[in-house]
Amino acid sequence: MVGVMERGKLEFTVGIFVLVGVICLGYLAIKLGKLELIGGDYYELNAEFSTTSGLKHGASVEIAGVEVGRVKHIGLKEDLALVVLAVQDGIPVYSDAIASIKTRGIIGEKFMELSPGGAGELLHNGGNIQDTESGIDLEQVISQYIHGTVE
Amino acid sequence: MVMVQRIGAVTLFLIDEMGRMFIFLLRALAWLFRPPFRITQIIKQLHFIGFKSTFVVILTATFTGMVLALQGYYSLRKFGSEGLLGSAVALSMIRELGPVLASLMVTARAGSAMTAEIGIMRITEQIDALETMAVNPLQYLITPKMVASLLAVPLLVSIFDVVGIWGGYIVGVKLLGVGAGSYWSSIESAVEWKDVYGGILKSISFGLIVSWVCCYKGFYTSLSAEGLGKATTDAVVLTSVLILIWDYFLTSVLL
Repeated sequence: MVGVMERGKLEFTVGIFVLVGVICLGYLAIKLGKLELIGGDYYELNAEFSTTSGLKHGASVEIAGVEVGRVKHIGLKEDLALVVLAVQDGIPVYSDAIASIKTRGIIGEKFMELSPGGAGELLHNGGNIQDTESGIDLEQVISQYIHGTVE
Repeated sequence: MVMVQRIGAVTLFLIDEMGRMFIFLLRALAWLFRPPFRITQIIKQLHFIGFKSTFVVILTATFTGMVLALQGYYSLRKFGSEGLLGSAVALSMIRELGPVLASLMVTARAGSAMTAEIGIMRITEQIDALETMAVNPLQYLITPKMVASLLAVPLLVSIFDVVGIWGGYIVGVKLLGVGAGSYWSSIESAVEWKDVYGGILKSISFGLIVSWVCCYKGFYTSLSAEGLGKATTDAVVLTSVLILIWDYFLTSVLL
């Protein structure tokens, strides 16, 4: 059997190892993996698009270039794409807000630009954004340009 | 005739061996849920498998991250997208290299020692002595090692990932001049919970493979110095091969 002193030292080193490991795991999961331990900091808004054109789950939602939330879910509603946005509490979005899908750079990732509006009534959890703009389909624009239908 | 007979013999031997390994695993795992729980043994094994592997894991992780950043930088520079270096380093670390390389290091450092330790106990009849004293050798020797490596390997992999990302930072940002902001922001936008979860799931299963194969090979070693040497080699080779094969299948399921 190990002595009391020795056992204390053993437990101490194991404790250090476990602590360092758990800190690293937490850093990976929460800071990098964006795991949300508490779900209360966000409220959800729905927006319908004719096409999400490559928008991905977890893409950022921005107002004036500042990240205020993330795309939480993308699904189908009849023949439209239903996008659920999780927006931080305390960021007001009104019923005349416009949601548009934009591309960072010419081949960059897709994100959601919100202009929050101001004239309508305040949207709450589960509210609908009426005005939406689907992203530009670069391929279509280029083919229109080649075939000469762009004015 | 002799050829056919030999093929049959090898097949039967393989099936026999696989069956024995599975029964060994199931019997050891059954002791996870039945008292007495050997807390002291588990702490000792956590110290041996976890704490003592930390240094070599940090060392290999630093250089893995550094070489990834170096390679990634020269590949990405051709397309003018050095800004993506952070996500290239972090994703390959978290998804693949962290779990696989850390588990291989644990196999080489702790797995071989496990086989040798249990094998010597078998040869010197200490395992028979345990049975004589009505102590189940699986429950006293094997299960604590399995618990410890199931806990230690994911933690070591997390350390490996974080240290590797910082190693990539040193080379990418400090030496090659990629912007620190673009390094970290590309990591944060590229890494998802799914990636981290997949990496941890992999490392838990690798932890089980390491302790399972290495303990099995030691437990059923042939009773000679030569046999124990062969058992140790077999254990390390089989564990490494199984980790890489299992990694492929797990990745194809997770992606």
